[in-house]
Amino acid sequence: MGGKEVSESCVNSLVTEMVSSYCNRFYSTKPELAARRIEAIGFQVGLQLSERYTMDGSRFIDQLEAIKFICKDFWQSLFKKQIDNLKTNHRGTFVLQDNQFKWLTRMSVDHTLPKPQPDSLASAAADNKTAQAASMHLYFPCGIIRGALTNLGVPCAVSADLSNLPACSFVVRIKA
Amino acid sequence: MAPLVPRSGDAVFANVERVNAELFTLTYGAIVRQLLTDLEEVEEVNKQLDQMGYNIGIRLIDEFLAKSNVSRCVDFKETTEVIAKVGFKMFLGVTASVTNWDADGTSCSLVLEDNPLVDFVELPDTCQGLYYCNILSGVIRGALEMVSMKTEVNWVRDMLRGDDAYELRVKLLKQVPEEYPYKDDE
Repeated sequence: MGGKEVSESCVNSLVTEMVSSYCNRFYSTKPELAARRIEAIGFQVGLQLSERYTMDGSRFIDQLEAIKFICKDFWQSLFKKQIDNLKTNHRGTFVLQDNQFKWLTRMSVDHTLPKPQPDSLASAAADNKTAQAASMHLYFPCGIIRGALTNLGVPCAVSADLSNLPACSFVVRIKA
Repeated sequence: MAPLVPRSGDAVFANVERVNAELFTLTYGAIVRQLLTDLEEVEEVNKQLDQMGYNIGIRLIDEFLAKSNVSRCVDFKETTEVIAKVGFKMFLGVTASVTNWDADGTSCSLVLEDNPLVDFVELPDTCQGLYYCNILSGVIRGALEMVSMKTEVNWVRDMLRGDDAYELRVKLLKQVPEEYPYKDDE
């Protein structure tokens, strides 16, 4: 890890534009297809990043070790911080919470986001739109996590939970 | 207030938030790969990459102007130097050189010494005709359009196609005079 760097706005611009191309141009009438494609792009990125980071041959003995790797080294290399909180039900579901998820604060909740207004209808519609845009963005990191874990031999499904903004939780359900 | 001094590419890059280039490179690679699957035609992929770049460029120019303190360029020559030395450096962490000017000074080449878009990339034979880095030409075209320069930007050399360098041809088509909301002497 380490080595060459690019500006953060390169990555942000690229991901924002990719999400908007899929949602507004390629599959404007089929949001579920757009979501699948965005997730697939993330999956590919996660798979390859994880491959590169584990090239030294370190093996993960169990699922928990793999999840911890995602929370620590992997998150650190992507976001310069670790996951803040990890919970599990001990039956294959893990919740990874990032209290200040960078990609939410920097890209999806953009400057066009209207402030909450007394007009509840307009405000609700705006909230809804923002939530939609944010959730479309989140298919990308969900895909990254799924790709990385898949590479580590942990097949799973990953979804995002935005109920505590700006915190973001990624829910990993390991497939039996 | 002291006048703003234009900053060198290195200085600007040192001050922006940075991330590891692998994330950027692999994300771009995954996007191109997915576009090839979804759009099928290589020509269409070239077109969409250019369009995405254009959309990025028209937004990125604001950040560029805000962070670089670059003042108004006197001519197209200076503009291309600024793109090569400050613009490329600030966003991609690399610089380009400006060469091959035509006689009337309206078209030149940007030659990239290093290209972070293409690390770990090998194109399969099925991708003949793909301009893998086409997003970059779109970014330049979009950004220049926002400072009133209509340009045409094309790849003339591409190492992924077997050439010995990455070379972008930038041609100034039209310089739209800027309209000021006020007159100088008011």
